[in-house]
Amino acid sequence: MPKAAAWDEAEANSIIRRHYGREGAMLPILHDLQAVFGCVPPAAVRLVADALNLTRAEVHGVVSFYHDFREQPAGQHVLKLCRAEACQSMDGERLARAFLDRLGVDWGDTTPDGRLTVEATYCLGLCACAPSAMLDGEPIARLTSSSFDDILREAGR
Amino acid sequence: MTTRIFVPRDAAARAVGADRVAAAIAAEAKQLGLAIDVVRTGSRGLFWLEPMIEVETLGGRIAFGPMTAKDVPGLFAGGLPVSAAHPLCVGRPEDIPFLKRQTRITFARCGIVDPLSLADYRAHGGYRGLERARSLGAAGTVEEVTKSGLRGRGGAGFPTGIKWKTVADTTAAMGADRKYIVCNADEGDSGTYADRMIMEGDPFVLIEGMTIAGFAVGATKGYLYIRSEYPDAIRVMERAIVLAEAEGLLGAEAKFDIEVRVGAGAYVCGEETSLLESLEGKRGQVRAKPPLPAHKGLFGRPTVINNLISLATVPAILADGAKHYADLGMGRSRGTMPIQLAGNVKHGGLFEAAFGLTLGEIVDDIGGGTASGRPARAVQVGGPLGAYFPRGLFDTPFDYEAFTARDGLIGHGGVVVFDDSVDMAKQARFALEFCAIESCGKCTPCRIGSVRGTETMDKIIAGDRAEANLALITDLCQTLKFGSLCALGGFTPYPVMSAIKHFPEDFTRPRLAAAAE
Repeated sequence: MPKAAAWDEAEANSIIRRHYGREGAMLPILHDLQAVFGCVPPAAVRLVADALNLTRAEVHGVVSFYHDFREQPAGQHVLKLCRAEACQSMDGERLARAFLDRLGVDWGDTTPDGRLTVEATYCLGLCACAPSAMLDGEPIARLTSSSFDDILREAGR
Repeated sequence: MTTRIFVPRDAAARAVGADRVAAAIAAEAKQLGLAIDVVRTGSRGLFWLEPMIEVETLGGRIAFGPMTAKDVPGLFAGGLPVSAAHPLCVGRPEDIPFLKRQTRITFARCGIVDPLSLADYRAHGGYRGLERARSLGAAGTVEEVTKSGLRGRGGAGFPTGIKWKTVADTTAAMGADRKYIVCNADEGDSGTYADRMIMEGDPFVLIEGMTIAGFAVGATKGYLYIRSEYPDAIRVMERAIVLAEAEGLLGAEAKFDIEVRVGAGAYVCGEETSLLESLEGKRGQVRAKPPLPAHKGLFGRPTVINNLISLATVPAILADGAKHYADLGMGRSRGTMPIQLAGNVKHGGLFEAAFGLTLGEIVDDIGGGTASGRPARAVQVGGPLGAYFPRGLFDTPFDYEAFTARDGLIGHGGVVVFDDSVDMAKQARFALEFCAIESCGKCTPCRIGSVRGTETMDKIIAGDRAEANLALITDLCQTLKFGSLCALGGFTPYPVMSAIKHFPEDFTRPRLAAAAE
């Protein structure tokens, strides 16, 4: 994953300006901000509010509503593990629990070295090859306990 | 002559190594000096065989699967044509019983064509539907969709033609200075992946379907709302839109534009009014109906909001006529449904068939039973808001009304199989917890009830006054069912109550181990 850029107000404003005049521009703006800064920095909320003629509370309300938007950057790598029913039926919960225990973290946490964030997700649409996951946007399925060794290697741990 | 080798680019195939197989094929061919062309397709939907590759021969395509990169050198050991005696050879794909028994209409091209080739799309019947729609005229097109009996494939089952007519009938005097087509590709139900397969495997059919909808109701702008969990689908659709624009199939000449919008991880945005709020840039909270989206939808304008599969089925309905489609199915469920077999099932995959197959045929016969080899004990149909069916109800035909009559729903067609190691009290608890995680917070039964329900289910699992707490859950489910604005709160009772009703033994047995967890 590309490293999150440090906060830069001019950069943020140029991202926001790209969406000028677009219908319902809020989500596209937030996605683009997060793609660059690794999160929607609290400082960006005021800029988005000004650009869209909304209150900061309204923008914060949107940022906090959606599971995808972060207020802090994630670790260098993000693993989304599916916890939905199809993956449950293939023992996904037990594998996930064992992996979290091995790392000594819980859902949503980042390892102390900052390398890996493990998040719960509810369905990746890979349900016929359960259990499944996504590492930095790349799908992985038919997970076994050895798949997690590969994941850790990819994450450089 | 160059031999074409087809390797899926579908996310599920990639998730089990299709990219590595494609790279190995290219490397091996280069080393051996074989003239081949690797074509990345969608998936045929036979996921237990993925990565399944297909090699073009004079007698048609021959499939091999499940392949790994290590199997590639063996495949080409005897040069070309490859030998059908290879241990991973599964013969002609069309002859594999799982595929042979299907009636592929919506998925006719998926897994066969290069998803990003308009020439391929046209060669396989693409744009015949739009052509016929133009010859019928806007009203005639709406009429044709109505006659086909197509109903909303997102789960609600509302007749698509009637929805279109409502939007078509709105006038500028009613605030319809512009209208919208919105495609709901926020496919969040566990056990479903049909939308994803179409977007990755046959994106132009969706573009054609949305274009026909725009023509039929007088809309010039379409939004395609794709969930963020589908990065591959987003990439393919965005590319397909650019290709269609380059040929004038979208844009000013076509009088119709499509824009992809990406969700942000909220399950509730699959609910149509939440999705509209999200598109408008707001929190994805449901709206009370009326007004219907058909009258006041996106930005207050008349809006056709349809599930992706509904829209992707329209081109075939127009191309081959409403009767051809309506002749399939049973009762008021006309045409075909892409059933998605998932979870603990031996032959997991997409099975498009006319309505009317029984659940038992789907699970035991087509799915081949469980992947674990243990007895199938429970089947959840229709996603996380769908009921759990026991073996005793395996005679239920796959049909909107038949499932409703048994306190279930077919939803978006997902079928998730569980073997006998499943703990149904835990599944019921999960349904409530999921509702709590994903509730938009607009109405009280869903926002508070889901949390209280989870806590109460914890007590039942711990063996704390099970009977009294089950009565409380039953009462709570009544409140959720009748007091929620949308299907999230309204349907959460289905998995909960079906688990309690059909698997009562899981709610009353002492479970020291579970309590200790």
